[in-house]
Amino acid sequence: MASTAITADTAPVFHLEEEHAHAEGGSTMLGFWLYLMSDCLIFAMLFAAFGVLGGNYAAGPAPKDLFDLGLVAVNTTMLLLSSITYGFAMLTMDKGRIGATQAWLVVTILFGLAFLSIELYEFAHMIHEGATPQRSAFLSSFFTLVGTHGLHVTFGIVWMVTLMVQVARHGLIEANRRRLMCLSMFWHFLDVVWIGVFTFVYLMGMLR
Amino acid sequence: MSAHDHVDRDHTHGGAAHGSLRGYLIGFVLSVILTAIPFWMVMSGAIDNKQATAIIIMAFAVVQIVVHMVFFLHMNPASEGGWSMLALIFTVILVVIVLSGSLWVMYHLNANMMPGLHEMRQMP
Repeated sequence: MASTAITADTAPVFHLEEEHAHAEGGSTMLGFWLYLMSDCLIFAMLFAAFGVLGGNYAAGPAPKDLFDLGLVAVNTTMLLLSSITYGFAMLTMDKGRIGATQAWLVVTILFGLAFLSIELYEFAHMIHEGATPQRSAFLSSFFTLVGTHGLHVTFGIVWMVTLMVQVARHGLIEANRRRLMCLSMFWHFLDVVWIGVFTFVYLMGMLR
Repeated sequence: MSAHDHVDRDHTHGGAAHGSLRGYLIGFVLSVILTAIPFWMVMSGAIDNKQATAIIIMAFAVVQIVVHMVFFLHMNPASEGGWSMLALIFTVILVVIVLSGSLWVMYHLNANMMPGLHEMRQMP
């Protein structure tokens, strides 16, 4: 024992240049988080544009003439409910219950579709009244900001359907769990962006 | 087996935590409250002062964003060895610079470049 201790002390120390092996997907979560942060910057730009241009109505309709806060409240509820149901899907995924996970994903998709339908109804209503994106700088920035968020929700739903097919085919394997966790971050992140949208665009628009 | 490995890795590396039913429910109840109050304030016009209302609903939004970050996105200083928190702080700094800088510059641009308002007021 003593001799091994001495050789261990005097033995040359090697600093390995190569990185030690990482498990597959070990850095996916951090990488996806960085993507979300860059997405956050896109929304920051759009919020800044809306903040600067949101008061330029060009003698056109103002937020008070266009927004229906009751509808926005229902919309917010839909997105919030879809967030919690996605959380339930993650909890059942942890327990490895495929059927329950798929069921919660379906519920989440339905809430997401309800959100999108209400938003599209609102857009159609506004455009029908002549409040098109071309009407004023306020409306251009409004449609860009809220439309970009809606587009993200749309792709989130497409992604969710894709993952449901994946889970149905391969089960809750490690790769699918990782993908579902990425989508979880994406979905909750969209809810965070929506907090900014309903506060700055809708509520503060009504206060103008 | 894979589920077991998975849980282990999360515990040792402090990766993305999954949260618990209790955590999700607390987050949900808090965010419902934090959403309902601003909507109620604006829809009922509870406070006459618009500026005060705006400041209060902005404060509610900030608190709700933090609630979502903690209870839904499971942010904590230890996740991913602190790197996700670092990225978040960097992004928040950039967002604050972009938003406050744009609003500040463009507000003064509007205020100073608007012909008429100032000169009209100074005219006899």
